[in-house]
Amino acid sequence: MMTKLNIKMTEEIELLRLVTVGSVDDGKSTLIGRLLVDTKGAFEDQLLAVRKKKGTTHIASAAEIDLAMLTDGLSAEREQGITIDVAYRYFATPKRKFIMADCPGHEQYTRNMVTGASTAHAAIILIDARNGVLAQTKRHTHILGLLNIPHLIVAVNKMDMVGHDQTVFEQIRTDMQEYCAKQGINDLICLPMSALDGDMVAVRGDKMDWYEGATLLETLETLSALGGIDSKPFRMPVQLVNRPQTAELPDYRGFMGTIASGTVKVGDEVVSVPSGNASTVKEIVTFDGNLQEAFAPQSVTLTLNDEIDVSRGDMLTHVGDKASDSKELKANICWIGDEPLTNRSKYVIKHTSNSVKAMVASIDFKTDIHTLDHLEDADELAMNEIGQITLKLMKPLHYDSYADNRTTGSFIMIDTFTNNTVGAGMIV
Amino acid sequence: MSESKISEHRLTQLKALEAESIHIIREVVAEFRNPVMLYSVGKDSSVMLHLARKAFYPAPLPFSLLHVDTGYKFKEMYEFRDNYCKEVGADLIVRRNEDAIAKGVNPKDHGVARCCGALKTKGLLDALEEGEYDAAFGGARRDEERSRAKERVFSMRDEFGQWDPKNQRPELWSLYNGKIHDGESVRVFPISNWTEMDVWLYIREENIPIVPLYFAKERLMVERKNFLIPYYEENKNQLLEGEEPKMIMSRFRTLGCSPCTGAVHSDATNMDEIVIEAAAARRSERETRIIDHGSNSMEDKKKEGYF
Repeated sequence: MMTKLNIKMTEEIELLRLVTVGSVDDGKSTLIGRLLVDTKGAFEDQLLAVRKKKGTTHIASAAEIDLAMLTDGLSAEREQGITIDVAYRYFATPKRKFIMADCPGHEQYTRNMVTGASTAHAAIILIDARNGVLAQTKRHTHILGLLNIPHLIVAVNKMDMVGHDQTVFEQIRTDMQEYCAKQGINDLICLPMSALDGDMVAVRGDKMDWYEGATLLETLETLSALGGIDSKPFRMPVQLVNRPQTAELPDYRGFMGTIASGTVKVGDEVVSVPSGNASTVKEIVTFDGNLQEAFAPQSVTLTLNDEIDVSRGDMLTHVGDKASDSKELKANICWIGDEPLTNRSKYVIKHTSNSVKAMVASIDFKTDIHTLDHLEDADELAMNEIGQITLKLMKPLHYDSYADNRTTGSFIMIDTFTNNTVGAGMIV
Repeated sequence: MSESKISEHRLTQLKALEAESIHIIREVVAEFRNPVMLYSVGKDSSVMLHLARKAFYPAPLPFSLLHVDTGYKFKEMYEFRDNYCKEVGADLIVRRNEDAIAKGVNPKDHGVARCCGALKTKGLLDALEEGEYDAAFGGARRDEERSRAKERVFSMRDEFGQWDPKNQRPELWSLYNGKIHDGESVRVFPISNWTEMDVWLYIREENIPIVPLYFAKERLMVERKNFLIPYYEENKNQLLEGEEPKMIMSRFRTLGCSPCTGAVHSDATNMDEIVIEAAAARRSERETRIIDHGSNSMEDKKKEGYF
């Protein structure tokens, strides 16, 4: 029950973006329903609208709800009984607010998974204890690794169906650890769970006392939320130049943007790329008053002490801590377009606030997502395929590797004819 | 936000949402030729407008506000709209489907769906076409309704203003694809990731002015099924058999057209009390909106161009 005292606390909790992957059969809907019911993330009228038994007026447990009806928001999904698109769910505990991207599991919807996972700081990978690690689990895990999600949580669900047997859990944990080690993911949290009974979701239950780790919700509440992006080099892609040209502010020029990483202080020496012009920070302007210091991911306006040429698409960084710049770059690509990516084809690349034309110079390899082998003779990447390409750019981009910086290391590819978003790129 | 929070380099969840929304609003102004902000006078619009003012401070808003008026809004809403827009220096455009209003289209005789279709959807599409806007900001949130949970921040509309939910552009990182063909447009939802609770908390934290109908007061109401319907002298002929208006301590959780928006019993007279009430609510705010109660009515209306 909220009182006056804890309104302030509720305002000041942190935000964590999550992605949940796994197929319907892994109990994903049950888990999501359980989280929504247990944290009051869904209202009673929304739950009653999808109840299994007509006439129920009170929902006591997640088992009474047809959870897929709650999560499948489109009529086409309900007609076909499949989840097509990413849905976003919101729930909060007294410690943290969560935005959860709920992604369809089928292979043909990989592009939705990539979409949902791109902004996530933690991923929950659901595994059915009876089935263990499937090809699909590996595919999901590989993509999550590629997207550099800071925290991966493997939830071995349906433990009730295997008699809460510790050896089943340990085997799956070992299999996942081995698969993840192959691609350099070492920070893996594994926990046993029964979403249907609620064991190890919000409460421990008493059937898996052999497991000493935290419950899923406790784990989510204590993960480090932003992975230290404030301690990385300062990067602020300029979105717009603010020139009010009003009577009070005739000569004002402010550079507006969201800080992608790092911190910036008044007086800091900064440089604008690509021009290379340097100046010092005069003010950090916000509606709520000027700041002495700002940090990622705040949206601010900077004014500088010198009149230097800065416009949309440029990036402000600290002097001596500049990003890489190049007219050619290598990137891992998740292809999400209907038409395959082919050699020599041209696209528009949107990278931070910059859009530039680019040509595929080579397809370096395609990844076999089951074995992780690199197939070097690929001549195209079809929808949902993953590989590495080399791009030639019309003008240089200023970037970091995706491993160092998810904002300045990522881009989307746009088809110049249809204007559709067809590729997700992560700079190597 | 207190100084101590800043020195820890952590954003509270509200400040993180604020930063994301400002980024989205700025991106639209950078990439589109002629954006407009749909302003419905409700609490979500109030938050969106506040965020837009923050985004461009110290410059004035670089776009107009567009209120698609049905003529059925509460009079307190019109008063608030005109005063507040003047106070913050916003350029307000009001558009109405005058043909339909002249014909007396109303929910009682024509049904809610046809009335909304004529006054809201057609009113909106005509206004967008007249203004030649290529982007329109809306204050919809994904937690409101299940089809909205699936909508993108940049939501593409074809030349008829229609939404195709099966063919949405993937939206990755904070990279919004603003490329459109002539005749197409986007609806942009900068507060997609906010919940009702976030909106109330933010209004409280930022002291954002809202229509007084959101605060509880003794008001003349008619009780109809589970709804409290506000009663005005001029609507006397809309009373059903046996209905008797009486003074009831009540407020609105959401504001729409007066014939189709119900109030709730409430004693919440200030923002703290509203937040506490919202936290304890067992039912969603849209339950008081008659528009949402068909089988998949919101999705159908959105496909036709409803905001």
